[in-house]
Amino acid sequence: MTTAPVAERTRTEGEGASRPPRRARTRRTIYTALAFLAPALVLLGVLVAYPVIYSIWRSLYDAAGTNFLGLGNYATMFTDPATFVAIRNNIIWVVVVPVSVTILGLIFAVLMDKIKWGIAFKLIVFMPMAISMVAAGVIFRTAFQENPQLGSVNAGLVAIHDAFAPNSSYPNARPRPDAGITQAKSGAITSNDAVQAGGEANFPLLAINQENVPATAKTGAPAPAAKSDEITGTVWLDFVRGGGGQNGQLGDGKKGLPGVEVDAVDASGAVVGKATTDADGTYAIASLASGSYTVTLPASNFQAAYTGISWLGPTLVTAVVILSYVWIWAGFAMVMIASGLSAMDRSLQEAARMDGANEWQVFRRITAPLLSPVLIVVFITLIVNVLKIFDLVYVIPPASSLPDATVIAVQMWSVSFGGGNDQGLGSALAVLLLILVLPFMIINVRRFRTEREQ
Amino acid sequence: MTTTDLSIVRGKRSAAGRVVDFFGKGVVNLVLLIVAVFWLVPTVGLFLSSLRSSTDNGQSGWWTVFTAPAQLTLKNYENLLGNAQFMGSFWNTIVITVPATILVVVIGALAGYAFAWVKFPGRDWLLIAVIVMLAVPVQVALIPIAKLYGSLGLFGSIIGVILFHTAFGLPFAIFLLRNFFTQVPGELMEAARLDGASEMRIFSRIVLPLGMPAVASLGIFQFLWVWNDMLVALIFTNASSQPVTVAIQSQLRQFGANIDVLSSGAFLSMIIPLIVFFAFQRYFVTALLAGSQR
Repeated sequence: MTTAPVAERTRTEGEGASRPPRRARTRRTIYTALAFLAPALVLLGVLVAYPVIYSIWRSLYDAAGTNFLGLGNYATMFTDPATFVAIRNNIIWVVVVPVSVTILGLIFAVLMDKIKWGIAFKLIVFMPMAISMVAAGVIFRTAFQENPQLGSVNAGLVAIHDAFAPNSSYPNARPRPDAGITQAKSGAITSNDAVQAGGEANFPLLAINQENVPATAKTGAPAPAAKSDEITGTVWLDFVRGGGGQNGQLGDGKKGLPGVEVDAVDASGAVVGKATTDADGTYAIASLASGSYTVTLPASNFQAAYTGISWLGPTLVTAVVILSYVWIWAGFAMVMIASGLSAMDRSLQEAARMDGANEWQVFRRITAPLLSPVLIVVFITLIVNVLKIFDLVYVIPPASSLPDATVIAVQMWSVSFGGGNDQGLGSALAVLLLILVLPFMIINVRRFRTEREQ
Repeated sequence: MTTTDLSIVRGKRSAAGRVVDFFGKGVVNLVLLIVAVFWLVPTVGLFLSSLRSSTDNGQSGWWTVFTAPAQLTLKNYENLLGNAQFMGSFWNTIVITVPATILVVVIGALAGYAFAWVKFPGRDWLLIAVIVMLAVPVQVALIPIAKLYGSLGLFGSIIGVILFHTAFGLPFAIFLLRNFFTQVPGELMEAARLDGASEMRIFSRIVLPLGMPAVASLGIFQFLWVWNDMLVALIFTNASSQPVTVAIQSQLRQFGANIDVLSSGAFLSMIIPLIVFFAFQRYFVTALLAGSQR
């Protein structure tokens, strides 16, 4: 670097006397250079260099820009809870994203080589790089909606969940008031009075959606009289469509509720017998010792249906935004690494395979070390990019969970433009971003210098 | 890939080994197939949503079109094309992107040439300044330029946005083009100089034509970058000058009731970048490889 100008000067001096004098020549090159550089220098000076200096100066003043605060805004930054959340989230981003995107890109790039439809795969994964983060945000916001009727992710989860654990048949059912049964907080519905073995306990229920009553359900019937070691009864929907009927009594076409679990619980609270209701709602708990029991319909009968996960709620929203970022940038890492792989001389790998190394050893010992320059470039690019992340975080979270998802760039925006109107604190946040990318600026300059020297 | 060839040469591959290989391939195919599906489904879902009425989108998910294809309709796109405000923002995107791309390419090429082939004093230090600016976050400039544009009357104007994108595109443009221009053989230029060609002539007749692939890469990269930007436009445009990204973003506030508008709008905004991307993918990759940290 420092040697280059010296070399130039000696060369200029060494050239023949037929050329114009050195000073005049230098002046002419300066004019030529200026003619070529002027537009760029004006734009870079006014719109990049000057703003950097102004922002640093502005960050030392208060919201109105009149009172000098020194480093006051920087102190506020770390004490203000909202900004602190932003810094914490940025740390999560920087720790999680560059590593996972690079690893994913590496896996894709290596595996892509081994399939026949590699080009199609590459286009599919690389495609999100072409679209705006706003469009990507709309895509992810739609897919991760909470309502499983609308959001595809929760719809998938519910389908998987229901395949393994079928839903309770009668969500949100309530006991008929004044019918001798009550509902506990847990959701279980229990007879108020103890029932002797050989006795009867009936359960007229309400608030069951007609759609949830299976087509096989028959009209509710009174249970046959219990034997001495039994408790019997009927569970029915105590409601007649269109009105009518007597509350708490069977008849008038009231439907029995099949498939309800009924437990007999002894004085110690242990379940000592259970039965399931038939198509007409009757049940019989058999083989009970004489004594008194409470009869209960456990809460599992009435649990609300599984509706998936609240993805965009405060706890998971950052994970979803990160996922959308990975979706966009994995293609970038993959393409960069794939080009590094294709530029590689494969003879070393083949020699190692000849010597009996397995695929993993070849990758670990030869491919990965040869790839490391590309991996580092990808990794650094991702860190710098992630530090400045704005669009996705601004677009995906609903207003209610934005405070939990916020990052420095979003906070900078909302503090200075989105209502906060404190351009002092806003400038300090912008300068914080500048400080965070500073090491990578230095790395860029270093890399440039070593390239020059080669 | 080469394992099988080599194993034939070695002749050591047992039948069992080949079975393992076969299933290994099967597993790789399966894993990548699942990945590809995961990557595609969100976009396909939004696309199918854009082809359903707002009532359907309010009641059920896009996957129901597979059992009830009668839901499909172009009504949303029809509505969107008749929506003056939205089409205005679409036009604004074009009016911002095209000049911001051309300006960066032209100004960047001129400067890149000077850095590559004009030996002026202080060149290396200036180039280092440009490399430092490569990673300057846009955020640092928002407040000062908002103030500057306010006093110049550029706030809310399309020109202001174009100038901002041009300035912040320049460091990468200069860096990329300078690197490519230095690879042009020096003898060509020396010969032209001896023939008395002016620097401008050397630039336009020798360096620029030879550096065309790099110029194309830069153009594609800058085009996609500006087209897809939201932050700069969010601050420096108003309701009449906003590009399509900002228009979509403002629709997101009423998310839920307007998936028809959001999905079709998002898709319309994606068409041109996707065409550019698929047509010129090679150039885009070249620009990425040249190393952007914006």
